Amino acid sequence: MEELINTLKQEIIEALNLEEIEVGDIDTDAPLFMEGLGLDSIDALELTVLMEKKYGLKIKTAEDGKKILYSVRTMAEYIQANKK
Amino acid sequence: MSERLNISGFCKIRNNNVFLNGDPVFSDSETIQVNQFLKNNYRHFNINYPKFFKMDNLSKLGFLTAELLINQHPQVKSIYPEQTGIVLSNSSSSLDTDFSFYDTIKDSANYFPGPAVFVYTLPNIMIGEICIRHKFTGENVFFVSEQFNPKLIFHQVQYLFTFSNIQCCITGWVELFNNNYDSFLCLIEKVKDNEAENKNSMFDEVNLFNIYKK
Repeated sequence: MEELINTLKQEIIEALNLEEIEVGDIDTDAPLFMEGLGLDSIDALELTVLMEKKYGLKIKTAEDGKKILYSVRTMAEYIQANKK
Repeated sequence: MSERLNISGFCKIRNNNVFLNGDPVFSDSETIQVNQFLKNNYRHFNINYPKFFKMDNLSKLGFLTAELLINQHPQVKSIYPEQTGIVLSNSSSSLDTDFSFYDTIKDSANYFPGPAVFVYTLPNIMIGEICIRHKFTGENVFFVSEQFNPKLIFHQVQYLFTFSNIQCCITGWVELFNNNYDSFLCLIEKVKDNEAENKNSMFDEVNLFNIYKK
């Protein structure tokens, strides 16, 4: 799980062009939106694409997205439970 | 006392050099790619705006040119946000980013349209980025023309000063395609005739063209 979390953090940095953020700066349990990294709605769409492109997982509804993309940990847990 | 429109200042970014009112303020290796050059600029001038890194290269270029110009003229920040207009132009529109977006959709077996790229597939998004940064809400417009057209710019800016309530206007040319770019923005303000610095700073087609070419 820790390895997946670190990989995911690196992928988020690359996908969202968070150039001045390093893996160690991202709190695994902090909310990704509003607080924490302060991501916005376009970032949410990018993370949705990332989940599909890298892990083959589609996020089908906005409600699912809110839960799955809440934090790096919730993303990692979803990947681990559903990865094809 | 009558008023006139004055070119209060200008910023040019071309050939990996930055000029403020004609004076060089930053220079980078001629061989460096535009994306790296723009990031080096951002860091050199200690700008703190993380959203910069999410912008496409065209918006980064326009943002930096406007940022340096406005920092040189802090009076812009004291003008009401709705009284600052923006009139920009270029020849390649957002083609540089249009191609990047096309790369994300051209392969049906690897079809992942990039939302963060897609949002920059219009050139006036660059104006939006400048407005968001400085909270400007005045009239703005973007033109696509083959080359820098001082006549078009002059008439449009004059129109805005005449028919909207703007007190200053950021205007010019922000062109970028592949690794080629050319950015020139100037600040136009209303001044009283006796406050005008000299004849060469008067806002007209000839002075605009001369400053751009110089």
